[in-house]
Amino acid sequence: MARTAVSGRLTWRAATLAEARWESPTARTLVLDVPDWPGHLPGQHIDVRLTAEDGYRAQRSYSIASAWQPGGKVELTIQRLDDGEVSPYLTDVIEVGEQLELRGPVGGWFVWRPQQTAPVLLVAGGSGLVPLMAMVRARAVAGTRQPFRLIYSVRTPEDLLYGDELRRRVREDQGLDVHHVYTRKTPDGWPSPAKRIDVAALNTYGWPPDFGPDCYVCGPTTFVETAADILVALGHDPRRIRTERFGGTS
Amino acid sequence: MGIISRGFGGRRRESVPGLPPGQYLTHDFPVLSAGPTPRIPLDRWRFTVTTETGEKTSWDWKEFQALPAEDVTVDIHCVTKWSKLGTTWRGVSIETLLENVDTVAEYSMVHSFGGYTTNVPLEDLLDGKAWIAYQFDGEDLHPEHGGPARLLIPHLYFWKSAKWVNGLQLMPEDEPGFWEAAGYHMYGDPWREQRYQGD
Amino acid sequence: MTSTPLDGSSTAGGGLPLDGNAMAGDLREIFAVDVTAARYVCAGCTHTDAVGTLMVWPHSPGLVARCPHCSDVVIRVVRAPGRVFLDLRGSVRLEVPLEGG
Ligand SMILES: Cc1cc2nc3c(=O)[nH]c(=O)nc-3n(C[C@H](O)[C@H](O)[C@H](O)COP(=O)(O)OP(=O)(O)OC[C@H]3O[C@@H](n4cnc5c(N)ncnc54)[C@H](O)[C@@H]3O)c2cc1C
Ligand SMILES: [Zn+2]
Repeated sequence: MARTAVSGRLTWRAATLAEARWESPTARTLVLDVPDWPGHLPGQHIDVRLTAEDGYRAQRSYSIASAWQPGGKVELTIQRLDDGEVSPYLTDVIEVGEQLELRGPVGGWFVWRPQQTAPVLLVAGGSGLVPLMAMVRARAVAGTRQPFRLIYSVRTPEDLLYGDELRRRVREDQGLDVHHVYTRKTPDGWPSPAKRIDVAALNTYGWPPDFGPDCYVCGPTTFVETAADILVALGHDPRRIRTERFGGTS
Repeated sequence: MGIISRGFGGRRRESVPGLPPGQYLTHDFPVLSAGPTPRIPLDRWRFTVTTETGEKTSWDWKEFQALPAEDVTVDIHCVTKWSKLGTTWRGVSIETLLENVDTVAEYSMVHSFGGYTTNVPLEDLLDGKAWIAYQFDGEDLHPEHGGPARLLIPHLYFWKSAKWVNGLQLMPEDEPGFWEAAGYHMYGDPWREQRYQGD
Repeated sequence: MTSTPLDGSSTAGGGLPLDGNAMAGDLREIFAVDVTAARYVCAGCTHTDAVGTLMVWPHSPGLVARCPHCSDVVIRVVRAPGRVFLDLRGSVRLEVPLEGG
């Protein structure tokens, strides 16, 4: 009888790297084959566990980038931090065909469900785009029409993730708008100098608070706190702002 | 399940002989925090010893700095498995603080700004085994590492060396502090690998 | 996130807090349901919200989840080899949604 309870809990499972591609010079997408994957909601993440030859272990969370489709694979996008412990292994060392341990999908709070009818505001800082991209992709898969706005803050144009796909989706996915904020270097001819995300950007490219949008904010902890504070100051209902802090120092 | 990740090194670490069981050597000073780092202005800093009868003795920052200090070089062992050798500190020994304090208590609870607590038997604080340290490596203790002042009790796991200390409460009976109440060992001797309750 | 040092697993760096959501994996190893979607009532200030909105400090001997309203500790999770300690004294109650309920 304890069995049912036990079987409802999550354990670590093996995943095989089926394919990998670079999204930017420092970010790589890992396409994973996970046997018996139960499917996932956009915004959920998995935990990865690595074991070194001497038994030393490290564990990190990574958002799922792909929208779930039956028979589909699980995709992660990892941003390399040069002095990081785990991310350089995932971007530069693990090879197609090799295995790693993961646990998931997890997290029922920072998720978007196609049944939600409100307009959506996505605010991404750096690799914080990953779970928000899953939402953009899931919206297309579901074929729903909630208006989506994405404000995406990156350091430089070279750091953009999913650049081609986002450009294509803005053309093809009706009701999706994307605005970029460059914090270090802008593309040539960009109308404003590089700057951090601010009130003007969220006010101009977000939704007015009276539209009652569902807001999702994701990225480094300091970015998330800044953006969420601005949204509240602009009059957004704090209960409609969901955040996912990635940690880190910047 | 055991998948070994070839080419995964992990953070720089060494297993060297002479460390407590299960520990690795690190050359960094990892910051572990269970909450926001309190920033305590020195003019609001105060350290209070409270005896089992409720009698209080306390020092403000100036008075505390006037107490005789010692320079110590010790090895520290964190329960998260890193050890750091030969760390240098300056601080006031607990023995000095308790010189004029009248007590028959056998246990103590260390209190910190921010609400952290940890329990230590009183005899482990005496005989030059523990200090309230305010310098690390020749410099004022950084808030991340527990400044203005932290407990330094190197013969126990480092969670016992409470950061941002502001008080010592003497108690007749042992009681669990913040981590001890949540499953960590009441005493925490690294050489006997007393990490968790029941170890 | 990262989590608690199980078998000495290293935790993620940065020293900055994460969201309660980041505890999802560790809690799903204990519970059959997703606890991050549950509502807590803070014992310190009676604030109530989803566990996913708590502020989590993973860079310590355990996971410490604090109320964003009053910063009191609501949940503590300590992983030891073969067992988990879950300290919930900072929450008066958890209200867990059940699937199909
Ligand atoms: C729910 C969730 C989802 C995430 N999703 C993604 C994702 O989709 N893609 C992605 O790329 N990342 C994601 N992250 C971040 C990811 O989990 C890792 O934190 C990231 O990959 C860095 O890990 P690392 O081991 O490379 O770096 P770490 O070794 O953890 O170091 C990170 C940085 O912190 C510094 N640092 C390390 N330890 C300390 C310390 N004790 N004190 C102070 N500073 C320190 C390091 O110098 C480094 O700059 C997510 C995080 C969470 C919580
Ligand atoms: Zn509270």
